[in-house]
Amino acid sequence: MSLVLELKNISKSYNGNPVLKGISFALQKGEVRAVIGENGAGKSTLMNIIFGMPVIHQSGGFEGECLIDGHVVNFQKPQHAMAAGLGMVHQEFMLIPGLKVSENIKLNREPLSSKSFNRFLPGKLKVIDNEQIHKDSLKALQKVGMDLDPDQLIKGLSVGHLQFIEIAREVDHQNLKVLVFDEPTAVLTESEASQLLNTIRHLAKDLGIAVLFISHRLDEVKEIADTVTVLRDGELIGNYRCEDLDKKEMARLMVGRAVNIRRDQEQESPNARQNIMTLKNFSVRMPGENLQDIDLEIKQGEILGIGGLAGQGKLGLANGIAGLMPASGNVIFEGQAFSLNDPKQALQNGLGFLSEDRKQTGLLLDESITHNICFTASHVLGRFQNRFGLFDQKQGKEWAQKMIKDFDIRCTGPEQHTRRLSGGNQQKVCLARVITANPKLLFVSEPTRGVDIGAKKIILDFLRSLNQQGVTVVLTSSELSELRVLCDRIAIVASGKISEILLPEDSDERFGLAMAA
Amino acid sequence: MQKKILKQFIEFGIARSIIVLFVIVLFILAILKDMQIAELISDSLARIGRNGILVLALLPGVRGGIGLNFGLPLGIICGLIGMLVGMEFDWTGLSGFVSALSIAGGLGVLAGWGYGVLLNKVKGQEMMVGTYVGFSIVSFMCLLWLLLPFSNPKLIWALGGKGLRVTISLADYYPKILDDFLSFSIFNVTIPFGSLLFFVLFCFFVSLFFRSRWGRAIAATGANAQFAKANGINPNQTRVWSAVLSTVLAAIGIVVYNQSFGFVQLYTAPLLMAFPIIACLLIGGAEVGRATITHVILGTVIFQTLLTIALPVTSAFIGGDISETARIIISNGIILYALAGVKGKTA
Repeated sequence: MSLVLELKNISKSYNGNPVLKGISFALQKGEVRAVIGENGAGKSTLMNIIFGMPVIHQSGGFEGECLIDGHVVNFQKPQHAMAAGLGMVHQEFMLIPGLKVSENIKLNREPLSSKSFNRFLPGKLKVIDNEQIHKDSLKALQKVGMDLDPDQLIKGLSVGHLQFIEIAREVDHQNLKVLVFDEPTAVLTESEASQLLNTIRHLAKDLGIAVLFISHRLDEVKEIADTVTVLRDGELIGNYRCEDLDKKEMARLMVGRAVNIRRDQEQESPNARQNIMTLKNFSVRMPGENLQDIDLEIKQGEILGIGGLAGQGKLGLANGIAGLMPASGNVIFEGQAFSLNDPKQALQNGLGFLSEDRKQTGLLLDESITHNICFTASHVLGRFQNRFGLFDQKQGKEWAQKMIKDFDIRCTGPEQHTRRLSGGNQQKVCLARVITANPKLLFVSEPTRGVDIGAKKIILDFLRSLNQQGVTVVLTSSELSELRVLCDRIAIVASGKISEILLPEDSDERFGLAMAA
Repeated sequence: MQKKILKQFIEFGIARSIIVLFVIVLFILAILKDMQIAELISDSLARIGRNGILVLALLPGVRGGIGLNFGLPLGIICGLIGMLVGMEFDWTGLSGFVSALSIAGGLGVLAGWGYGVLLNKVKGQEMMVGTYVGFSIVSFMCLLWLLLPFSNPKLIWALGGKGLRVTISLADYYPKILDDFLSFSIFNVTIPFGSLLFFVLFCFFVSLFFRSRWGRAIAATGANAQFAKANGINPNQTRVWSAVLSTVLAAIGIVVYNQSFGFVQLYTAPLLMAFPIIACLLIGGAEVGRATITHVILGTVIFQTLLTIALPVTSAFIGGDISETARIIISNGIILYALAGVKGKTA
């Protein structure tokens, strides 16, 4: 077998703080290697080193050796790495909406027309061969198993399509040897994710491309990877063969403690309880997530799951109730008519809302953790005020410190701005802010998206303990396994309607059918 | 060690550092030329007290998400009307000054409210629209200054003319009422205590305001409107408040400015006033989306000192007077620099 990429004893420190210590592994042709670790374990830094990102050189380079095809390389720019046969599929899509699929795939690598006048034109003014672009991109799309018209515009395509086009763009490189996937399934629905995994398998086994696969989803790792590299706090915990580890073992190696997310036994059937909120003919206009005339009863003290595929409307529910998206219909909350489209009233009545959009809706990125955590309670309920009606720094800071401890928020202190925190810790800050306002009914949307497994456990455990203290929770999530572990009932949304309300014990087929509706 | 110094330098902002160095060089040159240093410092202090509140008026706009308030002349006009009304009735001294402040503030609320409503209709274009609001209101007032029924002979053109004069002296009303309040001299430097105190008090009130629930709602809207909405704040409302606050402070600011200056200047005088004021704030280290009281104070001190000493020093060396040209180059240059998004700390 031929080694395509080999790392020997890679170490890296920023300003004297070691972030990577002695990482080594070798990647063979056609191998799929998963790199797993909590947020902040050093995965991104490792990729930045392999690709020669400027941030590495600006901060003093790295130690150790990186070999491609047996030759030592030290790329100064990502472009050099790409030329040497490395490719990366980004977590955030880098596609131009106004261009065609084919133009995006061949962007900056356009084949030139062979017409004679082209010879006389200077470099950048040479004419492009559009037919060749079309052919090449069709070929690349077929390689990733995508049946898509290359002449379509990017604008309006679904997230899943975009992900595949990104991959097609990398596959189009003639000499692609190693392809890195950085949490590729984070934004995909389950069916899209499984299609993606098939594509990765195809790329590795049939085309001989070596794959580095970074993911938080251990199911996927288990399913697709041949080998697993585990990082924890910048150290190499080990290189394993995938079949030697089960998921529990992987999770344990990643966090260094056993992760155990299990559902407690039900004491009382939720249907016997009173309704805390009743929705009748409830509709929400949310672009891409419309809800049409749904009826739903939320029981006092339950955890209600809202599941379904992306774009079917499951996110509309929480956004509609919270007053962030225009909603209509009849809503009764604790026996009283509930006024829609009024976020302030909703909060004052005891609703909490954790948005799926952490950065846009959940955080003040350039404010301290203290201000973030205290904001809702201070603004809506008038807490954390001194007797002159001003924000009480001391009281706020004390509370923030308590929250930092309770949620294990990794930060330099309550004064740190939330922009600098990792995704999981940002999410903990959001959750701390929401519960500081003591909600009676809490809407939580995608609480674990882009969050590492350690933080995920803390967040989910916290939701359960909150529920045990009597808070009703409505949990919207694209991860069915998460819903089935935590919820009492799960409403599946399809095409803007609730297709079925299921129990977590129900069979996979029933869930599948309800989602397809 | 070198790295550390360089880092500090970059955090402070390269443009700002250069300007501070320039001010220091000017001072050294002034000493070498045996100029009246005490006088230069006195002038600088007077200018700082004079301009401070106008610079402060920009803060609510930046915090509230409407950007740098290029519509400052709107507030300035309100302040001018406030002064003229009192002067028409020959209200002098403290009562004249206080009445001018109250009328100016009241008009500022009304005008700022309308301005805020307008800005809500042009989100993302606030600075451009603000500039044109400023230009338009100044031109419109050029007509009104002629037509309004002012009749006090001290205000209108001499010899039975109609309309207000271009420049009206405050000598009979409240010249330097703040500057002279408790003012004292040390080492021949005159400290305009009242004006500086007034400036510091306003800074204090504004900073307190932004610690209140109301102020924090405004700041949250500026930082992230979607976040504000999710927390039960109506972003359109808070944006109007920040426009009102900015306009009221500008109205008060011009009254303070004029008492120190000694004259009321009408017609096209307010036209370009926003620009050097905005330059002050930016030199202080503020950005389009971020400003603090420290930026206000630091910027006012650096920029006003620069303007005061650049004039005599350069003319002593070059012989001619290039100070006005220098002022325009520096103030517009620094605005351009900031708008082009060159950042110090956050980059």
